[in-house]
Amino acid sequence: MGVVTDSFFKILIPGITMTIPLTAISFALAMVIAVTVALVQYARVPVLTPLARFYIWIIRGTPLLVQLFVVFYGLPNLGIRLEPFPAAVMVFSINEGAYCAETVRSALESVPVGQLEAGFCAGLSYLQTVRRIILPQALRTAFPPLSNSLIAMMKDTSLAANITVTEMFMATQRLAARNFEYLTLYLEVAFIYLMFSTVLTRLQSWGEKRLKAGLGE
Amino acid sequence: MLEIQNLTKTFGTLTVLDGVSLAVEQGDVVAILGPSGSGKTTMLRCLNFLETADSGVLTFDGEAFDMRTISRRDIARLRKKTAFVFQNYNLFRNKTALENVTEGLIIGRHMPKVQAIDIAKKALTKVGLADRMDHYPVQLSGGQQQRVGIARAIATNPEIIYFDEPTSALDPELIGEVLAVMRQLAEEGMTMLVVTHELNFAKNVSSKVLFMEDGSILEEASSHDFFAAPREGRVREFLRSISTDHIY
Repeated sequence: MGVVTDSFFKILIPGITMTIPLTAISFALAMVIAVTVALVQYARVPVLTPLARFYIWIIRGTPLLVQLFVVFYGLPNLGIRLEPFPAAVMVFSINEGAYCAETVRSALESVPVGQLEAGFCAGLSYLQTVRRIILPQALRTAFPPLSNSLIAMMKDTSLAANITVTEMFMATQRLAARNFEYLTLYLEVAFIYLMFSTVLTRLQSWGEKRLKAGLGE
Repeated sequence: MLEIQNLTKTFGTLTVLDGVSLAVEQGDVVAILGPSGSGKTTMLRCLNFLETADSGVLTFDGEAFDMRTISRRDIARLRKKTAFVFQNYNLFRNKTALENVTEGLIIGRHMPKVQAIDIAKKALTKVGLADRMDHYPVQLSGGQQQRVGIARAIATNPEIIYFDEPTSALDPELIGEVLAVMRQLAEEGMTMLVVTHELNFAKNVSSKVLFMEDGSILEEASSHDFFAAPREGRVREFLRSISTDHIY
């Protein structure tokens, strides 16, 4: 029991100071990328649409861990040296942005075309209709799968340990290297990840209820 | 006020509209009848550019437009003078009844909010929904949704309202409330172009009837003449088939 009490805060604190900010900042940036890339495709913007497809193809087709290595260990060969944390934020947001762009795009396309036509006939422009009618409805549809992505990404931030970000998992590895209590410590960090994702799951249910109320359901 | 010349539209190899011409005067209530697949809805959708015609000239308030090459700017301008009521209502699902009506005023026409809300409240009261203004579409019956759709149309003070089978998606007991609102609009002199299967509406409310089949207008007559003495044999047959549909 002494191992757990000694180590609990030593693991939890990097969780709060690193894992959570890394998740929050990366996911916020990923959302900006996702909505932009999804809208470009929804509106079939020339030139940008094939670029968007290319971006999604590359990112979804290569492992996240490899992307982390390319940016952190690879780019210095081109003279681009990033600190571990910004490198991790960059990779996680670009990676997550590609997946979430597909979620948002499919949600946009699931809004009935009649909503767009009704906007036009009410005297709204294309952009006005998309911004005020289509996108809000699509984001409601996309909310559950996006929450899913957020939870998955929070857990994936443990990969940042590989590029020397001292987040929760790296903190655990360091403790374990000192006292050899591998099973206890790795179960402990697993438990803390579980707590974090439980909070996110609760937030998701709460958010879904709020969104339903916003449609009168 | 509105004139269409030689409107054609094909989907692939299927000719849906084969040179349709028509003229609507201010205050006209024109019912468009005809069997399914005759091109009624496509024609209406072409008038508001929800479909792009293959050819045709639309003259609105004396201004002529080529229906195939019309600019986006002109489309936007024309749409602000017209309104469209959909078969499936197409209310904005993320907006309340009131917001559905104000949206086109505040966002589409940059009207001050206070004024828009005032107009929207009057429009909703007119269609009998004064007590439903804060309801979302899912909280309304089909008939109520369609009346919001009509309120949304009249609030912008359009020169003409296009109705695309406004009662076809409704349960029979809800049709009456929508037709009553449309009748009231007709009596107030609103110019209306109504694709419908409601013979009673065509007979008792509309001033003019167009009968379409296979993408053309087969007969065009005053509502009285159309029902009293249809010239075309095909029209007589259609009227007979529709009126016997209800006898089992």
